[in-house]
Parts: sequence; structure tokens; C-alpha cells
Amino acid sequence: MDKNQESLFVRLIPFFERYGILLLILIMIAVLHLLQPDVFLSWRNVTNIFKQVSWQSMLALGVFMVIVTAGIDLSVGSIIMLSLMGLAIASKAGMPWYVVMLVAPTIGFLCGMFNGIGITLLRMPHPFIMTLGTLYIFRGIGNLISGGVPITGFAEQIRVIGNGKIKLDVIFGEGAREYIPTSLILMIVIFFIFWIFLNHTRIGKWIYAIGGNPGAARAAGINVDRILIVVYTLCGFLAGIGGLILAGRTNSAYPNAGLQSELDAIAAVIIGGASFFGGRGTVLGVFAGVMIMGILRNGLNLMNVSVFWQQVLIGSIIILAVYIDVLRRQLATRT
Amino acid sequence: MSDNLVLEAKSVSKFFGTITALQNVDLHLNKGEVLGVVGDNGAGKSTLMKVLSGLYKPSEGSLFFDKEKVTLNSPRDSQNLGLEMVYQDLALAGNLPIGDNIFLGREPTRKVGPFNFLDHKKRKQLTEEHLAKLKINVKSADQKVEELSGGQRQAVAIARATAFNAKIVLMDEPTAALAVKEVGKVLDLILNLKKLGVSVIVISHRMDDIFTVCDRVMALFQGTNFAESELKNTSRDEVIGWIMGKKD
Repeated sequence: MDKNQESLFVRLIPFFERYGILLLILIMIAVLHLLQPDVFLSWRNVTNIFKQVSWQSMLALGVFMVIVTAGIDLSVGSIIMLSLMGLAIASKAGMPWYVVMLVAPTIGFLCGMFNGIGITLLRMPHPFIMTLGTLYIFRGIGNLISGGVPITGFAEQIRVIGNGKIKLDVIFGEGAREYIPTSLILMIVIFFIFWIFLNHTRIGKWIYAIGGNPGAARAAGINVDRILIVVYTLCGFLAGIGGLILAGRTNSAYPNAGLQSELDAIAAVIIGGASFFGGRGTVLGVFAGVMIMGILRNGLNLMNVSVFWQQVLIGSIIILAVYIDVLRRQLATRT
Repeated sequence: MSDNLVLEAKSVSKFFGTITALQNVDLHLNKGEVLGVVGDNGAGKSTLMKVLSGLYKPSEGSLFFDKEKVTLNSPRDSQNLGLEMVYQDLALAGNLPIGDNIFLGREPTRKVGPFNFLDHKKRKQLTEEHLAKLKINVKSADQKVEELSGGQRQAVAIARATAFNAKIVLMDEPTAALAVKEVGKVLDLILNLKKLGVSVIVISHRMDDIFTVCDRVMALFQGTNFAESELKNTSRDEVIGWIMGKKD
């Protein structure tokens, strides 16, 4: 490679670092559009993807913050189930819809705080252990309070959150079938708030600092334990919001809700470019990671690819995404 | 003793259970002075630094900042009095840019309504001004610390310690982990601090460091004051003798 070419290549690295993942999404969209020209980019299918990822994206965003601190939260799938069950029981008990609506995020908040307190005050050797424990505990409690059976039928105000439609009559004319899902708006608003939180507040900066070097954060006078409790609490809170969205979408609470969704959340975060060792990753990357998972599943479903092949593909993409990251790092240090 | 006294420790002792780490140690430091503290491993250098920075409470004895007696309950207290410590393990977050590290925990913010947001512009400007003042050369204030060499990292750690008008800086082995060609830059930086009127205490094993930057050197031996001299009145061989507990 001559010098000019090489420097162009080197100059492209930061560009790919920042936007490579969006490029990947565009390629996926283009390929799926070519394979399924009538269906994939139809309004109905696109909104369907967003509705599907909206609750999963809440888990991914929470787990992302935890991973930035070099931690892990395995319990989010169980938190979503427990908050969903709590919501269903409150609804069955005849509480007004605005109380029911608060139940899920509140349960999530408390579960997350329980994780955070366990990890810091009980000095558990690694967040993996604490949240592995609560993965079982929270789902167990969810089944205990519900009797292990599904509960269905929620108030209209709850259903709007996961299933609501904002009609676009103004743009497409009276009686148009095009609409924007409420859950998409909610997802965008929450991602924006957390983007501000992580990039433009001191606590957000400290979260990255703790992931980079907890000793440095402590020496700088940062109360690391308190920040970790905040992070795990917010992670649980987001899982609770996910439970609320899921309640609206499915109109039911069921024992298997969110089963293994913590693994999907971790996968989305890793595909989105966050480092498992902490301190690295962006909110936009998480969004991209969630979208890649969602688009992939949707596309494969449209093409009638079996679920088993989907598993193989998603696993391969995780390994590939991280391997590309390893290569990129090698290139970056060589310059 | 001169009128420029900024820090003094009088007959400080520190016991850990039955172990005596420091016994009646005296130390004084003048404005703009660089004091070298030498001693063998276990002589009590690091314990003395930790007492001065407020990490340890002395079992006996007292501390004076600007001739006023003080009690330090934490490193925060000594920071508020203008004393900063540069840690041996540097205490920097590699994933964050230089400016973020310098201002970590003390970030400039601006108020928007009821919320405090980071003031990125101000941080960058303050960082660039401060680096220029200390004559520290880096590509950009936005460069991540993990991309820097060992010497540059040490410089950032010192910049961090002096960003808030520190009057006294304690450095524990500032050149221990550095490549030979980088040692000089860090020593220049210490001399630069001295020019700016900052008092510095340097712990070092390296005679080259001591004899390049210090005005005065004191030796601890088994937790006690062993010897002390203006640098111009002593020699390397004599100081090395002190470290080993030998005096003529």
C-alpha cells in the first residue's frame, strides 16, 4: 500500500468506528428489501419491528449502563416478568389505571436497587453472582404472586403504551392506515433522555470513569458504591418500563415473559460496540445493536427461516461483531 | 526558620497496632521549595505522605498548614487546604480524554433550568490553558489517556493535581515507571511547578531525580528523622549512605 492510500485508510477508521454500525444496518435493510421487496419496507412491517424492539430496547439500554461500569445484570429478564405480574395483579385488584401504570416501573426500580445494594454493601465478588441469584429470585416471586398462570386483560390506557397508534391522517389523508406506534415515540424519548444523562451530566461521566478505572474514580472523590447503586436501580427501572410496554403490547402477563431476554439485551449491547470490560460504548450504538437484532429476526421470519437458524445467525453475528472490533483495535494501535 | 513556611509536621508518630511506622518525625516545607524524601522500603516515606494528605490520622503530633494547626479527616480536607497527591498508580481513567481526567469529580457545569449539565467548552478551554501553563505538550486535550505514553500520563496526573491552584504537591515515585527518555520531561515539569511557586515533596529512589530537582533532601530511617541537608551541602554517596542507615 502506498502512503496516500494508507493514510486514507487510517483516516477512515474513526469514521467507521462511529458510523460503521449504521452502515451495517443500511446494508441489512437494502438486502432485505431486495429479497422481500413488497413486504419488508412496508409501513406495517416497519412499525411491527419497532413495536417488537421497543420493550427489548429498554432492557438493552439498562444493561448497557451496567456494562459500561464493567458490571453485568442477568436479572433484567426476570425483572420484566415480575413487574409485568405486579402490574397484572394490581389491574386485577381493580386499581385505577394510573396506579397500575406506576406499578411496573416501581417494581423494576426496587428490584434494581436490591441488585445495586447487594453488589455494593454485601460486597459480592462480582455482579454476575448477585444478579444470577436475583434472576431466579425475581422470577420465582413473580410466579408465587401470580400462581404461575397467565393474567390477561388490562385497561385501555395501559394498552396504548405498547400498542397505541398515532394516526397520520394529516400527512396521508383522511382514513389512512399509516401510523406511528406510541411505543416507538416512548423508546426515542427514553433513549434521548439517557443519552443526555450519560454524555452531559457529571454522574454520566462518572459512570464511564468507573468503567475505565474505579480506583481513579475513588481517588477523584467519587462515591463509587453510590453511583453503582444508581446504575443498577436505573437498569431495573428501565426493565420495569419494558414490562409496562410488554403489558400493553400483549395485553397479558405470562410466566415466561422476558425469559432469556437478558441474553438478547447483552447481545444487542455487544453488537452495538460496547466493551465488556467497561468504559466504552454509546447510546446510539445500543440503539443500533437493538435494531440489528430486530431487523435480523424480522427478516428471517419473513423468509420463513427456522428459529434454529436464527439462533445460529445471531450467535455468529455477536462473535463477528466483537472480532471486527478486535481487528479495528489492532489497526488503531499500529498507527 | 524562614517566613515562607507552607507546611510543617511536628513530632508525628503513627502506630499500627504494635508496629511503629513513624516515630516523632518532623518535616517542614517552604513556598516554592522542592523537598526530596528518601529512605529504604519500610522507612516510613509513604506513611508520612499519607499522614500529610489526610489519608491516615497521626497517632501523635500535629500538622500546620500556613502555620496554622489543622486536623485532617480525609484527603478532601487537605485538598481544600491546597495540598494534592499524585498517586504512584496514577489514578487516571484510560478510556476518558485528558480534560475529563484532569477535571474528574470537579467538572465545570452550567445550569439549564433546574439541571446541571457538563460544560464541555469550558472544560476544554480550562484544560488547554492549564496544559499550556505547565508546558505540557499533547496532540489535543481530547486525546484519550490510554493513547498517551507513560511520561505523558504522569504529566496528566500532575496537571490534574495542580488544576485547582494547589500550593503543595506530593509525588510518590513520579519517575519509577517511565522510560529513560521520559524521565527528563517529568523532572522539567517539577521544576516548572517550582517556578510557578508551588511547593513539591518528591519521594524517590533515584538519586538522579533528587539531585536534578530538589532544593533539600531528608532521609527517613526506620520511621525516624535520620538526616537532612540542603542539596548543595551533600553528595550522592552521602545520601545513599543515609538510606542504608550510615552516617559519618
